[in-house]
Parts: sequence; C-alpha cells; structure tokens
Amino acid sequence: MLDQLINGLVVGNLYALTAVGITQIYGVANVINFAHGSIYMVGAFVGWMAVTWFGLPLLPTLGLVLAASALLGLLVERVAIRPYTGSGRTVLLLTTIAAGLILEQAAQLIWGPETKAFHAPIADVRFRVGGGFIGTLDLVILAVGLTTALVLWLFLKRSRLGWAVRATAQDREAALQMGVDVHQVSRISFAMAGALAGVSGLLVGLYYHSVYHTMGFSASLKGFTAALLGGLGNIPGAILGAYLLGTAESLAVAWLGSTWRDLVGIALLLGVLLFRPGGLFAATRALLPEPTVGTFIPIGRPLRIPRWALLAAAAAALVLPLVVRNGYWLQVLATAWIFGLLAISLNLITGTAGQISLGHAGFLALGAYASAILTTRLQLPFLLALVVSPLIAAAIGVVICYPALRLRGQYLAVATIGLGQGIALVALNWTSLTRGALGISNIAPPTLFGVEIASAAGFYWLTLLLLIGGVWVAERLSGSYLGRAFRAVREDEVAARAYGVGLERYKSIAFGLSAFIAAFAGVLLAHSYTYIAPDTFTHALSLQVLTMVVLGGLDSTMGAVVGALALIAIPESARFLAEYRFLVYGLLLLAMLRFRPRGLLSAAS
Amino acid sequence: MKVLSVRNLTKRFGGLDAVKSVSLEVGPGETVAIIGPNGAGKTTLFQLITGAERPDGGEVYLDGERIDGLPAHVIAAKGVARTFQNGRVYGNLTVLENVLLGAHSRLQAEFGRPAGPVSGALGAIREVVTALSRPARLRRLEAELVEEAMEILSLFGDRLLPRLHQPAYSLSYANRRRTELARALALRPKILLLDEPTAGMNPTETEEMTELIRRLQARGHAILLIEHKLDLVSAVAHWVVALEAGQVLVEGTPETVWADRRLVEAYVGRTGGGAPKGGTARDGDSGAAGGRHLLRTGAGAF
Repeated sequence: MLDQLINGLVVGNLYALTAVGITQIYGVANVINFAHGSIYMVGAFVGWMAVTWFGLPLLPTLGLVLAASALLGLLVERVAIRPYTGSGRTVLLLTTIAAGLILEQAAQLIWGPETKAFHAPIADVRFRVGGGFIGTLDLVILAVGLTTALVLWLFLKRSRLGWAVRATAQDREAALQMGVDVHQVSRISFAMAGALAGVSGLLVGLYYHSVYHTMGFSASLKGFTAALLGGLGNIPGAILGAYLLGTAESLAVAWLGSTWRDLVGIALLLGVLLFRPGGLFAATRALLPEPTVGTFIPIGRPLRIPRWALLAAAAAALVLPLVVRNGYWLQVLATAWIFGLLAISLNLITGTAGQISLGHAGFLALGAYASAILTTRLQLPFLLALVVSPLIAAAIGVVICYPALRLRGQYLAVATIGLGQGIALVALNWTSLTRGALGISNIAPPTLFGVEIASAAGFYWLTLLLLIGGVWVAERLSGSYLGRAFRAVREDEVAARAYGVGLERYKSIAFGLSAFIAAFAGVLLAHSYTYIAPDTFTHALSLQVLTMVVLGGLDSTMGAVVGALALIAIPESARFLAEYRFLVYGLLLLAMLRFRPRGLLSAAS
Repeated sequence: MKVLSVRNLTKRFGGLDAVKSVSLEVGPGETVAIIGPNGAGKTTLFQLITGAERPDGGEVYLDGERIDGLPAHVIAAKGVARTFQNGRVYGNLTVLENVLLGAHSRLQAEFGRPAGPVSGALGAIREVVTALSRPARLRRLEAELVEEAMEILSLFGDRLLPRLHQPAYSLSYANRRRTELARALALRPKILLLDEPTAGMNPTETEEMTELIRRLQARGHAILLIEHKLDLVSAVAHWVVALEAGQVLVEGTPETVWADRRLVEAYVGRTGGGAPKGGTARDGDSGAAGGRHLLRTGAGAF
C-alpha cells in the first residue's frame, strides 16, 4: 500500500512536470500545445544519447536536456504558433499536432523505431521507509520536481519577466497595451514549458528504463488530464492534479491490474471534462472560455464539382480493374477507398458540423470489432455483419459521445482523444469479448452470396461500391436542410439554437452518421487485414484521417476522398516517401493551414 | 390575450442582480421598446426570454403558454425569433441559406420533433431518412420556403436580393443585420425580439430600418425592441420600458417616459445641468433642461 502511494507520488511528480508546461502555455497563448509530448520524447532521447553514447553523469545530462528541449520549445513556437497568429485556436491545435508529428517521425528516423534501454548513471540504492521502499532515482525525481516547482514559482512571483508572463495570462490585450512584449512572453513560456517537458521525458525514461519514439503521446494525455484536473492555466492546480492522477493510477494498478492504469487516467480525463471543465479547484462550474463563433472553419467555400464529373470519375474508377491488372495497385487503391470512407465520415462531423475529432480511429475500431466478433464468434455471414456492425457502431458512438457534445473547440478535441483511446483500452481490457491484447485473428475474407471475394479486383470493387455509397449519402445529406443545420451549428452555436436547431440532437445525428459510415470502413479493414488488435486503432491513425480531411478541404466530401487517395497512394508510388510519411503529413498540415486553409478542393475566395 | 407576458423575471450573476423582477407585456401588433444605459440588463432580459439563459425566478408566457425554463431551440420553435446585438449570421452560409435556416424549426416540425432518449433517437433517424430520401412533401415544402424567403428578402429592396448566393461573411455590416432580420422573419415569429437593430448604422440606414420596422408593424408583427436611438423609439414604439440596474425604472408611452425626470438622472446622474460625458458635440446645448433632449445627447455616449 505504502509502496503504491510512493509510486503514485513519484509518477505524479513526473506528470506534474508535463502538466505545468501545458497549463502555462494555455494560460499565456490560450492553446493546448499538442506538440508537448513530442518535446518530452525528444528530451528523453537527448538524455539517453548523453548517457549512453557520451557517458555523461546525471547533472550535465540534465543541463543538456534542459537546454535542448527549451530550444525545441522555441522552435515549435516559431514554426507552429507564430505564423498562425490570428487564425483561431483550432487551427493552432492542428499546427501543434503537425509539429508533434514531425518531431516524432524525425526522432524515429534519427534514433530508430525500436525501444532503447536506458539506465540511470547513478547508483541504485533503496531505502526502507515504513512498510515500503524508496530508491535513489525516486529521490532524484522528487528533488527535481520540487526544485522546478520552486524555481517556477519564484520566477512568476518575483521576477519582472514573471510578472509579464502572469499579466499576459490574465489579459493579453491589456498586457500589450501596458507595454508587455507578449510575443516574448509567449516565446519564454514555450521555452520553459519545453524545458520542463524534456526533463520530464528524461526522468520518465530513467524511471521505466526505456525510451521510444511514441512515448510522447501517452505522456501528453497524462499532462492534459493533470492540467485539466487543476483547471487549465492554473499552475499549482496542475501540480496537485498530477499528484492526484499519479496516486489514482497507482492504486488502480494495485487493485485491478496494470492494464487498468491508462483506463483510469482516461476515465479521470473524461470525468473532469464532463463534470468540472473548469477543474477541481474552480470555485464554480466555470463556463468554458471557448468562443462560440467561427471556431474552426476559415472563410471560403468548397468547390462545387459538377455531377457529370463525379459520375465520370466513378465510372473510371469502376472500370479500372479491367485495365490495370496489377494486384498490388488494386490493393493500394482499395485501401485508399477504405480511408476515403473514413475521411468522408470524419468530414461530416469536423468539416460540415464543425466538431473537431481527434479520436476517429475509435469509430473505425467499433465497426471492425463488431464485425470481427459477429463473424468469428457468432459465425454470422459477412453480408449480415456488414449491415449490422455500422448500426451497432452508430448506437455505441452516439451513446458514448453524447455527454461530450456540449464541449467545444480544444476541450472537445481533448475529449475525443480520450474517447478514441478509451475505446481501444476497453478493447484491450474486455478480454472475454475481444481477446484483449492478443487481438482477433482468422477473420474470414468477405463473402457475398456464398462467393468469397478473394481477388484483388473483387475487393477493390467492394470497397469502391461502398465508397460511392458513402459519397452519395454524404453529398445528399450535405445538400439537404440537415446539412444546412449542421453548418449553422458549426458557424454559430448560439444563433443556431436561437433558430430551433437543437445542438444535442444535431451533433448526435452528425456523430451517429459519422460512426455509421466509419464502421463500414472498419468492417472492410477487419476483413482485409484478417487480424485486428487494440493497437491497430492508434491515435496516429486518427491524425492521419484528419490530415486527409484538411488536405482535401473541410466540408468537401470529394475533397476528403481526394485527400485519402493522395495520402495513401502517393507514399506507395514513391516508396522512399513511406518512411517519411508522418513527416510529410505534418509538413502538409502546416503548409495547408498557412496557405490554403480550406483545402485543395476549395473555391478561391 | 397578450402575445408575450414577462412576470417578475429575475437573473442573478454571482452577487449581481442583472435582471430584478422585471415585468412587461406585448400585445398583438404592438411594439414595446426597452431602453436604458449600458449594463441595465436589456440584453440579459432577451437572453432569458429566448431561453439562452435560465431565469432564476419569474415567468414568461407566449400566447398564454408558459415558456420559461425551456431550451432555446424549443422556445424558438414556439415562435420567438431574435436578432443579436452585434449581428450573428452564419458566415459561411449564403444569404439565402441563412434565411432558410430561419425556417428550420418549421421544417423540423413537419418531419417529427419528438424528445426523450428513445423517441428522440427514432425522430433523429426519421430526419436522416427524410433528408436522404427527399420525399415529395419535403421538396414541395422546400420550394415554398425558398419562395417565401425571396418574398422576405424583397422587403429590403435591392439590398439583399442581388447577393442571394453570396456567403454572409462577404456582406457589409448593415447587410448582415438585414440578413439577420430576414432570418428572423422566416421563422414566422409570434414575437420578434430586435436587439439594437440599427447599432452601427449610418443615418440613412437607420432611416431605412425605421421604415422597415413600420412595415413589419403594418404586417401585424408584435415586436420587442432594444434601442438606443430614441428618435427611432419615438417613431415606432407604442410603449417604452426604461430599465436601470436590472429594474424597471419608468414605463409608459414614449412622451410620458421622455418627460420623466428619473430617466434623465439614470442616464446623466443626479447633478444634471452639466454636460453629460461625451456625445455632446452633436447637439451642443447640453445644458437644456428638456428631459428628452438631455437623454438624446446622453444616448450618444452609449
């Protein structure tokens, strides 16, 4: 028990270092920095390099990590924040995601994809405290945590620059009027937050004896949770929230088992978002400080594609297998069509209804698991599973998303990450239904009316037909009064409500339809891979789909298809690109949001 | 029967009484104007009537039916349309789409609007199926709505009709306000709540808006109006309610209210006589004792 508490405090300390940076940047720049986890990861790698390659002792390593990650924080500010000033917070959310993707892929290219063992350059001595043990590393972590908190506090309370930071956090405009260089404050905050994230990454790497290039994502999720628990922008709150999270997780591990750690974290994240979005320490249930107008879509109109062009494109795609006999390419295109379906479904909520989702892989997982379970466990025929699974996914999707629908902007974005992860974690933990981490294998290839669709051309046609169906549904809805209502919700929630558009109802319809369409993609995916597991449906997959939608053009169905085709087929046609895939995604996102925020298929405005 | 009755409506924000026991009534075809200095609670009153915020006390009746505490979209569907203080159109929708959206609750009523988890879900599914299958009834209704929208837009002369398919963000400020009003009319409201319809408009545009409100009155609309431009209020209002610090200070016909000493004090302070802060340049002789005149110079500052 005491062991668990000590462990909780140590882990909480690590979370605190991440959370403080997130909360500070939110306070100053009003954005949740989604690249935070990547800086953390790079910090861990820099530390690992210093210790393993150069044999540096702990203190110089710490200094090196501090400097490197502070610089990285500055770089993120320069590349992903400053050029987009005035673009709205949701754009900044996407640019920081892009920066994170770039860093992550760069780390993989530099240090390799495999997990690195990392041993602390200090003697490991354990002391007996009451009924538990505490090691030297635990003490180092506690010391670093407390020192940083103290230094930060002194900086903010005592130094002139600290005043400027606090003034900017309170009221950016007023601070600017009083002569505070808010850009410098923003840079300093990013540097400080970067340094903290890097140190945190280093300590976590030491604590778990390993570093790997995807370690940032779960760290940033923990950081968000702790920061939200404390109330975004509240530094002492974030520290307390981090201890709370660390302790709760450690206790959950003790009582329920180690796979429950993340699920408890997600539950806390969603719980605080839904019930106390202002944080545990807010005096009242604070109103969300998100604007209700124009949060997401830049002005501009999607390109209208004439009906004959659509029909011609569909016809060309349908006869393609008669011309192209190359099975490999048909397979690539079939994958592109599956992702096209997925992108269409995301576009419906994010592009048309303006509700940003960073957890779309969750909907895909619902469809894939439903079909896999129905066909392998219940031996249902493929066709029946194809019809039933989307209904199941839509029902579950609406029920779990419903409570989150009153959140807006960045809060909704974080909640959807949580929901997406939550679905994967439930799949991981509900072993009796999903076989847990083992995954479901031997999923039969699709069979229609007793005929197994084994050929590449057959599967190509199946995916293409479903895609065409999806495009038809999305376009028809988009052109109906329902589409108009979705757009009204996107443009101005208050004015939409004032004209009879009930927000819960229409957001639910959008999410339900989205889950429904995404589930078709999930079914196809499950039966083409023949094997699915919780880690098939990663956060990276969600981001990949989002990139497709932004690339093709928000609120453009055909744009989503073009985006999917481009991002699936191009890396395949140029294999050397495949290795740089996420680097390319990140750069594309940054460039699109800067120069063509409405996407490729948008009319010039 | 009154179209709208507000009884003892109250809203507190923290320790502050934003609206304190306010009562007012609007009869059929009547126009009631709410005036008062900034922070008097005028817009909050609108928020409470339209359900954008929940009142802490009091009642609101629409055609005798109690509507306070209902969600905003339900109140809208019952026939309460409002415009916003600084003009909230849907920027990426065209002018026509904006106006059609005003009729959303009418369309929805036609194709089912049940509430509750199960019937709500079934209603939602029915809405999706309707939107996808586009039955003849829906097509006919849509066509009628477009016709009606064009008719409403023609009220504004050639201000909006030539810009039918332009996105609202590309409109001038005054045209956005007009689009907003057209959207409100498309709801076929029992009562129209206009929040400073001429804010930020130049004298010609204000004159045009005054004329338009007169035409709406002629069409029989009941209107509740927040307005600072007292010339406009004099021109259109049957009844004036002056709010101060969340309470009704004076009410009556425009003439009696303008003559009331308390109102002048509310605007320019008890010392009177001296130049009210700002806004005097237009009229110059701010020392004049006439209540209405002082008020008008004072109003320039808001």
